[in-house]
Amino acid sequence: MTDELPRTDAAADAVGETQSAASEPLLRIEGVAKTFGTFRAVGGVSLDIKAGEFFALLGPSGCGKTTLLRMLAGFEAPDEGRILLGGKDIAQALPHERPINMMFQNYALFPHLSVRDNIAFGLKRAGMVRADIATRVAEMVALVKLEGLEKRKPDQLSGGQRQRVALARALARRPQLLLLDEPLAALDKKLRESTQGELMELQRRLGMTFIIVTHDQEEAMTMASRIGVMRDGKLAQVASPRELYEAPRSRWIAEFVGDINLFDGESKLRDGHRLVIGTRDAGALVVAEPREPVGAGKFSVAIRPEKVKLSRRGPVSEAGHETAINRLDGVVADICYLGGTTTYKVKLDTGGMIQASVANSARLDVDAYSLDQHVVAWFTPDDCVVLPS
Amino acid sequence: MSARRIFARPARFAAIAPYVWMLLFFLVPFGFVLKISLSQTAIAQPPYEPVFDLTAGWGALKAAFAALSVDNFRLLVSDDIYVFAYVRSLTVAVTATALLLLIGYPVAYGMARLPTRWQAVAMVLVIVPFWTSFLIRIYAWINILQHDGLLNQILLALHLVSQPVVWLSTDSAMYIGIVYSYLPFMILPLYATLAKMEPVLEEAASDLGAPPWQVFWLVTFPLSLPGVGAGVLLCFIPIVGEFVIPDLLAGSNSLMIGQTLWLEFFTNKDWPVASAAAIVLLVVLLVPLLLYERLQKRQLEQGR
Repeated sequence: MTDELPRTDAAADAVGETQSAASEPLLRIEGVAKTFGTFRAVGGVSLDIKAGEFFALLGPSGCGKTTLLRMLAGFEAPDEGRILLGGKDIAQALPHERPINMMFQNYALFPHLSVRDNIAFGLKRAGMVRADIATRVAEMVALVKLEGLEKRKPDQLSGGQRQRVALARALARRPQLLLLDEPLAALDKKLRESTQGELMELQRRLGMTFIIVTHDQEEAMTMASRIGVMRDGKLAQVASPRELYEAPRSRWIAEFVGDINLFDGESKLRDGHRLVIGTRDAGALVVAEPREPVGAGKFSVAIRPEKVKLSRRGPVSEAGHETAINRLDGVVADICYLGGTTTYKVKLDTGGMIQASVANSARLDVDAYSLDQHVVAWFTPDDCVVLPS
Repeated sequence: MSARRIFARPARFAAIAPYVWMLLFFLVPFGFVLKISLSQTAIAQPPYEPVFDLTAGWGALKAAFAALSVDNFRLLVSDDIYVFAYVRSLTVAVTATALLLLIGYPVAYGMARLPTRWQAVAMVLVIVPFWTSFLIRIYAWINILQHDGLLNQILLALHLVSQPVVWLSTDSAMYIGIVYSYLPFMILPLYATLAKMEPVLEEAASDLGAPPWQVFWLVTFPLSLPGVGAGVLLCFIPIVGEFVIPDLLAGSNSLMIGQTLWLEFFTNKDWPVASAAAIVLLVVLLVPLLLYERLQKRQLEQGR
């Protein structure tokens, strides 16, 4: 499984180069920066997005993702840098001059216009003839399954229906690039999940390029083919969801995306592709050599909870025990049953705490551990990610 | 329902309070005026013959009703002076309201788009003239507009004119006075609607390909119509009956209905005709009010 991940940066760059040589990116963001007063909202972001991509900008609030999106739409002009769409610099173009449409966070539907007129708004501005507008509107209404509601006003629609109108309105002009600003934030959980699937299906079917802004990492992981994580106005990492999760580039990203166990320590010795790191809370851990070769110094060892296995007596009888060099003894301190999985917090004899997420693969709880039970938490060197502290 | 029960339930009292208010301060005075408008002029105090005497019994009352005349209303239609006054009042009100909308809208829009803390300051600036008496402000305008007043001095200094312009006793002076006095009544309701409107709607319009003027005409303006309606009514209705401003700033060759009313009441001492004129004015003003209400009702129904 881990073979899918590029092992070195050099390899990743080689792949990237051959792709960009083969096809010019649809959108190229070059050193774009924006300052509001003394606050540097976006500080020099460069990014290429290929046609047909579903790209997610992910980050906590205030990280600059919305400002970046607004610069793409044209509502803010960048102070520095260029935004190239199909090779043409549009950084200073006004919103109505760009072949880009946006789906707004709270939809921004025109309250005085019907569903039909909302969808037709952009088409009329493009100077389309009446008959074509009617055809396109009907097409869009069918696409988002709003048949029969064409004459309603936005305040006569449910939240989910409004979301669909907003999507249809943004798609109607067939933009080269569709921007989605937290498009699902206002929906409840069930509806959000089904809409995620529909959006992905729609994007694939139309072959359009989507850029979505979200603070919800699950949403980004589910929908996007590539994710750019933003922090303090900069791109912290741009990677596929899998790479982001399994090979985060920094401690911050590791903690921001999903749950993780972190143990701080110092590298002690090297043995081929293995590295021994002495940690304060979990003793000596054997880990795989990270992508970028590291020297001596301080590191954090990161292990995702679902990579940590538990057993009563250690990995003696379990498969893969030969590679399971890391064995940590402890007692179960906390149990959190989540349905599909159970998260155990294990108090290690060495003093630290480790989280293990165990799939509830059997209906009857023969495998379950109880509070204060002595367990062994184990994982392989390949399950660990070494991050600079 | 007894009074005690009404007062025991504040919600019910609140519901009937506007009707009590209307009865006491609108319907009863209106009844008085209507009664006077149907009676005859007399040299007396008050200067009209009472139409009926409530103490004279039922028979006398019936006779009085039979003797009621609408002569005063006939006079209003037959005499040019009243017709002209009505027409002029409506013309002045329409023109002034249009000017107010043209000036007030950009001001209100600018206010609504200011940073929040500056909006409060702008609001105070709009309201601050009310701290000075209305009459004093109109006299100040006389000062500004007179032959060697501030306005002429500025125009001469800028070489925009070679001779002082005659402002006073012209329609221009009257329009300046009216627009100046009523501007806050236009700005405030417009500001209230525009400030409530989400700027993201304008962004959405421009994102969908609308250049700035289309954003305004297709989104901003239609959504501000409730404010436009309120502002127009707040200005139009009192301007039709305006008395002080035309009397002090306009010429005396054509009168507005307010001035005509005043003349009838105080100079001619013809209370019945003045009352009839006032009632016709009220009816004339009810028409735009009812139209506006129907329009609003229709909009509400569409919204449902």
